Order: sequence, then C-alpha cells, then structure tokens
Amino acid sequence: MRETEVLVVGGGPAGMVAAIEAAERGAKVVLTERDDRLGGQLIKQTHKFFGSQKQYAGSRGIDISKLLEEKLSNNPNIEILTETTVLGIYEDGVVTMEGANKHLKLKPKRTILATGASEKFLPFANNDLPGIYGAGAVQTLMNVYGVTPGQRVLMVGAGNIGLIVSYQLMQSGVEVAAIIDAAPKIGGYLVHASKIRRAGVPIFTSHTILNAYGQEFVEGAIVASLDDKWQPILGTEKDLAVDVICLAVGLSPLTELCWQAGCEMKYIPEFGGYVPRKNEFLETTVPGVYVCGDAGGVEEASAAMVEGRVAGISVAASLGFGLNIVQDLEAALKDLDQLRSGPAGEKILKGLEKLFARGKQHVS
Amino acid sequence: MLAKTGIPTVEQVCQVSPSQERLAAGPVAVIECFQEIPCNPCWEACAKGAILGMDDMNNIPQLDLDKCNGCGTCALKCPGLAIFIIDSSYSSTEAVVRLPYEFYPLPEVDEEVIGLNRAGEKLGKFKVIKVQKGGKQNKTALIWIAVPHELAMELRNIRIERVVNVG
Ligand SMILES: Cc1cc2nc3c(=O)[nH]c(=O)nc-3n(C[C@H](O)[C@H](O)[C@H](O)COP(=O)(O)OP(=O)(O)OC[C@H]3O[C@@H](n4cnc5c(N)ncnc54)[C@H](O)[C@@H]3O)c2cc1C
Ligand code: SF4
Ligand code: SF4
Repeated sequence: MRETEVLVVGGGPAGMVAAIEAAERGAKVVLTERDDRLGGQLIKQTHKFFGSQKQYAGSRGIDISKLLEEKLSNNPNIEILTETTVLGIYEDGVVTMEGANKHLKLKPKRTILATGASEKFLPFANNDLPGIYGAGAVQTLMNVYGVTPGQRVLMVGAGNIGLIVSYQLMQSGVEVAAIIDAAPKIGGYLVHASKIRRAGVPIFTSHTILNAYGQEFVEGAIVASLDDKWQPILGTEKDLAVDVICLAVGLSPLTELCWQAGCEMKYIPEFGGYVPRKNEFLETTVPGVYVCGDAGGVEEASAAMVEGRVAGISVAASLGFGLNIVQDLEAALKDLDQLRSGPAGEKILKGLEKLFARGKQHVS
Repeated sequence: MLAKTGIPTVEQVCQVSPSQERLAAGPVAVIECFQEIPCNPCWEACAKGAILGMDDMNNIPQLDLDKCNGCGTCALKCPGLAIFIIDSSYSSTEAVVRLPYEFYPLPEVDEEVIGLNRAGEKLGKFKVIKVQKGGKQNKTALIWIAVPHELAMELRNIRIERVVNVG
C-alpha cells in the first residue's frame, strides 16, 4: 500500500499552511481536497481581511489563496490531489479516499484534519421554498460562478458572514432589503455593519423570521421583533417582499472523520458543535491525528492559518524534522494568543478552556 | 446605538472629530473604528507613525493629529472601510471628503453623485473631484467629493444614479 509521512485532509487556508509548514521542514506531504481547486472558503472571499500583516490582513481572501497555492506548487515535497474526498480513517491507520472515480488507499504516519465547517440551517415555516439559501452557498454562486441568486434579499444573521455576504450582494447589484438578527446586538464587526448601513440597508436586531411565503418560490418573508425572552411580539410583524432569503446563522465543524478516527469529542457551543479534544500542539486524543482550522472549532481564516502553522510544525517535529522547532512553535503559539487576546477572542478562549480542561495531558 | 443599528452615535463621532483648527490646516484622517477587534492594517500602513496604541492588535487605533498629513494610505488599506480623509482647506465654502469605495462602476471626475450620511440617508448631490484608485491588488478606491463645510463630518457614502439611454 502507498505510504506517506503526512496526509493533510482539506485544502482550505488551514490545510494549505499545514502542508507548507510540514513540507518546508522536510516531510513528504499528500494534500487532498474534495473540490476541483484549492482554497476552501478563501476562493469566495473578495473582501479584505482583518488580522495583521503576518496573516495577510488588508489582502483579499482570494489573493491569499493564490499566494499559498504558489508556495505549495513550488515545494517538491508536496503532492496535491484535488477532486479527492477522504472517506474513512481506520483503526490500522489506513485512510481511504475517492478521486477521479477511483478508490484509493493510503497509509500516512501522521494525519492532519483540516476539513472546515458546514452551514447551519434554521427552522421556520416554508423554509423549503426555492430561493432560500445558506449565505456560503450564495457567496459561492456569486463569487466563484458569477451568478446572482435573485433581485432582493432578506439576510438572516448579522454576524460577520451575514454582513459580508450582504455587502457582496450589493456589490453584485442585488438589493438587500434588510439584515435581521435574533440577538439584541450585531454579532459581526461593527465596521462592517456601518459600511452596510451607510449604503442604506437597515439592520434589525432582536428580530426573527416567522415564515416565508410564495407559490412556487420565495415571494416574501414575515419578520417580527423579539422580546427580551426571545419571543416574537404580537403586532410587530413586517412583510418584506423578497425573492431570496439568505441564512447566515452559524457554522458547525465538519468532524465526521474525527468521529471515525475515534477521537474523543466534546460539545463546545462556542466552537459551533462537537469538536475533537486536542492539546495545544493540536494533536487529538488519537496519537498521530491532528486537527486545525474550522474543523477543530469555528473561528476565522487568520486563526486557521496560524493553527495550520502549529499543526504543520508539530507534525514535522514529531517525525524528527526541523531545526528551530521550539522557537518556531513558540512564535506560532504566540501569534494565536495575540489574535485571540481581545474581546473578539473571548468566546474562542472560553471554548478552548473547556476543551483543554482534560485534553492537555492526553498527548505527549 | 452602534451595536444595534450600525450607526455610530454623535458622541462616538465627536470623539474622533479633529478640531476646527486642525481641519482647516489641511487633510487629516478620521478613523471611525469604535470596537476592539483583532486588526491593524491601518497602523501597519502609516509611514508617518501617526496611528498609535496598536502594540496590541486588538486596541482601537488612536490618531496623532499633528503627525497625520492625510495621505490616505491607511484609508485604502483598512478592511473595514472605516477611515475617511477630510480636507477643510479645499476652499472657503467647500471641504473635500475622501471616502473608500468598492462598487463598480466607479464614478467619474466632475460627475454629480448622491451623497449619503452614516444612516444611508440622502444629503443631496455633490461633485466628484478625483477618483484615486488603490491599485491592481487593493482595488479599493478613494473618491474625493466636494461638500459644503458643514457636511464634511456628515457625508460618508455616495450612490451613483445614471440615466441609462435605451435604444
Ligand atoms: C462569508 C465569509 C466571510 C469570511 N470572512 C473572513 C474574514 O474576513 N477574515 C477571516 O479571517 N476569516 C473569514 N472567514 C472565515 C474563514 O473563511 C474560515 O474560517 C476559514 O476558511 C477556515 O479555514 P479552514 O481551512 O479551516 O476551512 P475551509 O476554508 O472551509 O476549508 C476546508 C476544505 O476542506 C475540504 N474538505 C472537507 N472535507 C473533505 C474531505 N473529506 N476530503 C477532502 N477535502 C475535504 C473542503 O472542500 C474545503 O476546501 C469568512 C468566512 C465566510 C463564510
Ligand atoms: S492619512 Fe496617511 S499620515 Fe494620516 S494616518 Fe493615514 S497613513 Fe498615516
Ligand atoms: S484597519 Fe480599519 S478596521 Fe482595522 S483597526 Fe484600523 S481602522 Fe479599524
């Protein structure tokens, strides 16, 4: 059977950086991506990123992806398999995948899971009408395929994704009727909210969607205010004529492979669902299996890239590669701390606290 | 309130407004970034060292009004499009607001565009006096709009309305 030193599952920012870091230190890496191109979420991010220069802040996601791709393709230690979906991880360490209509098997010494996250849905009446999308799907339609989803959109969710996708809808010439959020405050960065507001789009906090309506497809939505117990207030219903309802109500980590590998899992609401226990070097409770990026807890591309760095360096170190491992690891861990040290990172730190509670001792 | 509506309060705007004297002295940045977020490209972009207090990237940027010459580099870089350059020395009746803009088509010089305030409400029609492109990589443009002095701290966005001639 084919063997490799490192297998990276998922070619988003976390997986790409992990592959680069491990390969630059000498490890032979196979990087698999189920899509036909690398980049993960980055390829549809046409807005400029936050963070600091080290994480390419001020650059647009799509350009960051190109930069990383170049680094990957210049490294002879990396083999890239696109259109290759990892299907299973077995007890004997064998990983199975499907690519180009072939079933492949691979035995890696170390595996890094960087599978990202999937969108959550929301229950409301008629939510199965055509015209109701996840925000990520709308972003893919517009920014990867150049197709707009409709003419007038109701955005549900005022977190960063809801705000950014609203902005990109407007950039594509689509009208955004309103952004609503059940929470009493805007969850995303307020600079994003302000730039949408000054373009004339109202943001209604403490609001929910009661139902969608329409014959064959969405023709409108009824929204209402919520009281402080998050219950709809009678008589506050508003009827919005829209042909698209876009849901940006959160992401949950894609962890099927972690479950299958036998990783100890824990439900961490701050991270969007069940995530594998891990130590600070991002190794799970299954020796040799690492997790980084949104798959280990929904966060941001900037954090995903630094986590990729940590996982890549850790894996290389555990295989005996690399010279300044300790300094490199310390620097990466420090960058992560920095990213998470402000009020915006509080949620993540809370999640980590729960996750590390017993996890730290698990692995060497 | 900003966290509910996306519109900064009068107090918040006052906090970041340069004095009348500083405004009259020439172009200066107005940084409308009121929340601690992990972000610092404005600080990294400023060659004058006019943006302070960012040794922790979560801090809110502070502007040294004397060091800032209103060059606009930070405004082109800011991912939040939260920085505006105000030049009240433009003429005795008008000031220039330079605002970051990311919609195509870009306005043209001398074109009349609709000016909007922080709530997206119309303030009237104003003339574009310059379109400063951010470059191939950056793509954000700074649009220079001439406005009456009293609107220099009000106008924050524009909308282009062009009559399309069909057939
Ligand atoms: C609208 C929006 C705006 C955002 N804006 C910002 C921002 O301004 N700044 C910021 O820092 N972050 C931002 N983010 C967040 C950021 O995009 C994500 O946090 C980041 O992409 C996570 O990286 P990742 O590598 O963990 O996952 P992803 O980017 O999701 O990549 C995971 C990859 O794994 C692949 N994959 C999954 N399962 C398998 C399998 N079994 N086999 C093979 N491949 C598999 C997927 O196809 C995907 O390509 C935004 C996200 C969205 C949706
Ligand atoms: S306008 Fe120029 S000098 Fe002023 S803060 Fe921005 S980059 Fe610095
Ligand atoms: S770059 Fe913009 S959003 Fe980021 S800290 Fe500076 S002013 Fe705020």
